[in-house]
Amino acid sequence: MPFASVINVLLALLLAPLLPGVINRVKAFFAGRRGQPLLQPYHDILKLLRKGAVYSRTTSWVFRAGPVLGLAAAMVSLTVLPLGGTPAVLAFPGDLLLFAYLLGLMRFVTMTAALDTGSAFEGMGASREAWFSMLAEPALLLGLAALAVHTGSLSLSGMLDGLALAEIGGPGAPLLLLVAVAFGIVLLTENARIPVDDPNTHLELTMIHEVMVLDHGGVDFGFIQYAACLKLWALAALLTGVLLPPLSGWRPADMALGVALILAVAVMVGVIESVMARLKLARVPQLLVAASVLSVLALALVLR
Amino acid sequence: MLWLLLLIPTGAGLLAMTLRRQARLRRWLLLATAAAHAALTALAWFFRPEPVLYGWLGLDHASLLFLSITSSLFMAASAYTAGYLRREPPRKTDFQEGLLFTDAPEARFVGCLLLFLATMTLVAESRHLGLLWVGVEATTLASAPLIYFHRHHRSLEATWKYLLICSVGIALALQGNFFLAVAAKGTPEVHLTIEHLMAGSRQLDPLWLKAAFLLLLVGYGTKMGLAPMHTWLPDAHSEAPSVVSALLSGALLNCAFLGILRVHAIMGAAGLGDFSSQLLIGLGLVSMAVAAVFIIEQADFKRMLAYSSVEHMGILSLGAGLGGLAGMGSMLHLVNHSFTKAMLFLLAGNILAAYRTKSTRQVRGLLQALPLTGPLWLAGFLAIAGSPPFGLFVSELIILKGALQGGHVLVATAYLLALGVIFAAMARSVLQMAYGTPEGAVPGPARVQEAWAVLPPMALGAIVLALGVYMPPWLQTALSDAARAAGVH
Amino acid sequence: MPTALDLLGVLLILANLRLLGSSRLAACIRAVALQAVILGAAALLANLPDLDARVVIIAVASTGLKAGALPWLLRRAIRESGAVREIEPFIGFTASLLVGVGLLGLCFLIGSPLSAHVAAGSGLLITVSLFTTATGLLVIVSRRKAVTQVLGYLAMENGIYAFGMAFAIQEPLLVEMGVLLDVFVAVFVMGITIYNISREFDHIDTDRLSALKD
Repeated sequence: MPFASVINVLLALLLAPLLPGVINRVKAFFAGRRGQPLLQPYHDILKLLRKGAVYSRTTSWVFRAGPVLGLAAAMVSLTVLPLGGTPAVLAFPGDLLLFAYLLGLMRFVTMTAALDTGSAFEGMGASREAWFSMLAEPALLLGLAALAVHTGSLSLSGMLDGLALAEIGGPGAPLLLLVAVAFGIVLLTENARIPVDDPNTHLELTMIHEVMVLDHGGVDFGFIQYAACLKLWALAALLTGVLLPPLSGWRPADMALGVALILAVAVMVGVIESVMARLKLARVPQLLVAASVLSVLALALVLR
Repeated sequence: MLWLLLLIPTGAGLLAMTLRRQARLRRWLLLATAAAHAALTALAWFFRPEPVLYGWLGLDHASLLFLSITSSLFMAASAYTAGYLRREPPRKTDFQEGLLFTDAPEARFVGCLLLFLATMTLVAESRHLGLLWVGVEATTLASAPLIYFHRHHRSLEATWKYLLICSVGIALALQGNFFLAVAAKGTPEVHLTIEHLMAGSRQLDPLWLKAAFLLLLVGYGTKMGLAPMHTWLPDAHSEAPSVVSALLSGALLNCAFLGILRVHAIMGAAGLGDFSSQLLIGLGLVSMAVAAVFIIEQADFKRMLAYSSVEHMGILSLGAGLGGLAGMGSMLHLVNHSFTKAMLFLLAGNILAAYRTKSTRQVRGLLQALPLTGPLWLAGFLAIAGSPPFGLFVSELIILKGALQGGHVLVATAYLLALGVIFAAMARSVLQMAYGTPEGAVPGPARVQEAWAVLPPMALGAIVLALGVYMPPWLQTALSDAARAAGVH
Repeated sequence: MPTALDLLGVLLILANLRLLGSSRLAACIRAVALQAVILGAAALLANLPDLDARVVIIAVASTGLKAGALPWLLRRAIRESGAVREIEPFIGFTASLLVGVGLLGLCFLIGSPLSAHVAAGSGLLITVSLFTTATGLLVIVSRRKAVTQVLGYLAMENGIYAFGMAFAIQEPLLVEMGVLLDVFVAVFVMGITIYNISREFDHIDTDRLSALKD
């Protein structure tokens, strides 16, 4: 029903900034602190929206367009994502490619905006981002391909509809677990989380994502933060869609379950950030290749 | 009797390892076990024992031949060893690099020698291919400590190479065994005994059988020293003590050959004999070619002997692949080569002790300095290179005749070419060593010309000479029986 | 149950990839030990309806040996030699992973038609067993440290054992025990040799053992 799907999107738009709050709270808990309030990201974004921005003379329209286009891409990607068994607003066969490439578009405009500043640090961050995303893309696409072959549907809504964790005793269980792990690694990579990137670092030489958005301020930065939250929500929704438990069939309960699972993913990310250290930059490609290998394995299992 | 042949060396070996301080007792144990083993083997020629252990252990004609060679070589080797161990000082200077090293504990050496004999007996006696595999791997493990007797870095390197390469090869042979078992799934009873496989050979799946043969050839071929899997051979033979090299070349390589022959026989019975023959001929020629290339200008005479082993294993493989008359020739060649190579290695040990160098360029005037070892060395070279009146000439001629009779002219040409190159290359090194005036530090004749150092090689050489001159009819029957049992007739 | 065997097969593939991609020696040893445990479990599961003493003995003995005794031996060898990490292999860790994936594809190509020959449920096991053997060979060929080469040998043996299990090849108990004993003594002797190598050379890098040549 389109109405329920619209609720989907509204929930995402409303609750996405909650995810970084949950992650920070979990990290504070592990560190023995009380930590920021859960709604802190909302305050931060609203604060940024009230501020002005300073633009360097070396930048052009690309720099100004970057955050806007990124936010637009993130919002559109929400429209093809199902949640808790409810199909997406704009579901159509092949929308999984649209999803993957909307994420790619977000990445692209961020990188070009960073390169547009002409600064060395942003360029360095952009090149690292390009390298890691390139290695993570096979993991995402091959995993989606494996799911598509397994469920026989080329639409995200159709795919995630057909999966249920009740298959744990069935032949599809290893496939789902492999794809879930691969998607988990992709989530950590795309959202610049440990073990790929440390969101709290303040040393430019160690940054990947942070350094690309270093020069943005005010409204632009607010857009960027919000788009990052939406991206996290989208990938988490994809991940939970793969690992969904049996659905009860009553829409409100299922959607609540979906939201709860996404929050659980945020908690997991927080735990991972707290117990692991960031990988050496030279070892990240190995991790990403391992994720791709898992996706390849899932695809091979499905195709045999 | 079969049990005794296995258990006496095993028990003696374990016992020897515990006798840490009674050196004389150990050496007597070694000699006594060798004698007992030889006596039992000789007895088996007259009173053929029945198969035991559900028919997994038994002696057919081929097994008996291989076992006899092993037994007699071990007798000669143990006589040499007893004197060798008595003479070795506890701390020595390495001849090549001047570093000090010690030997491994003698108890371990003697114990492993006896266990080595036991494992080779197991290989010869096995009628079950799985048990055969266990035996071959066990020979690798029993002989590795023997190579590391002189404890310095070169022998350690040789030991590691030997261990790893042979173990990997034999693991591939295990895979081949399993392929064979899958091939046998069509037969009423899936048993990997030779009898069952030969009886049900027509029902074996040909594709699996071919794949199994390939793996078993590569696997056991690694152990046998066929090129290109021979890379462990020169290193292990040059760094091990001469007695161990003699046993490795003379007895161990044969055991691996027996494994290959068993499967070749099954292939022949299943009608795939052409496939296996071609592979054997191919690998045989490659081995001879590789040996020929590496023997030229070989600076180390023990390595030269090792490459000669590769060559002769190639000849054996060639003969087995050609089959018929050449097959019988390869059985004769087996006997001849084992005795000759063992003799040569024991003599090499004497030369090494006298001249303190392994270099063919530095050893001169053997005939003058060592009046007993020198002529024997020259005679041994003539024998191994295949000149009359020694036995190897006869066997190589028979193989050549078999090749030409079968119409394999190209094969025969390549065979002769390789033999010629090896003859010339070895002649150059050996003649340079034998003639001239001695330069290296040569101790008094008494030390190296002791009975234990000269009599075993002399006895082995005499046998080879006798076989070249006169072939006793009982031996002829035994060889053709063995050839038939091994499937190369 | 077919799916449980499938799950074990996937776990085995992951253990192999771990072996290929990991540079820490302790992780490699754990991967090979995991292989042995998986195979032991698979042996028991595959015969679950008619479990007899022979199967149980072999499964327990092989798991105990290959997952308990041999890793302990190798850990000791590592400790004595002081080696912790594998040096970059001849083809690099990431490249090893990719080559491993290629080998996996090849094994799937070879193994899938063969699954018609076996009882239902072990189809994946044939492919996985071939892959494990191939992984072992790749590790032996491309790594420098002696300990890793021994681990590759163990992986090869595990793969061959898995192959036998997939085809339900019933070797007599004596032969199976003989094979196990051989593998155990082989790794034991190799461990002692590694200890001697580390004492003699101060490293266990087989690439540098090149004194003997023509």
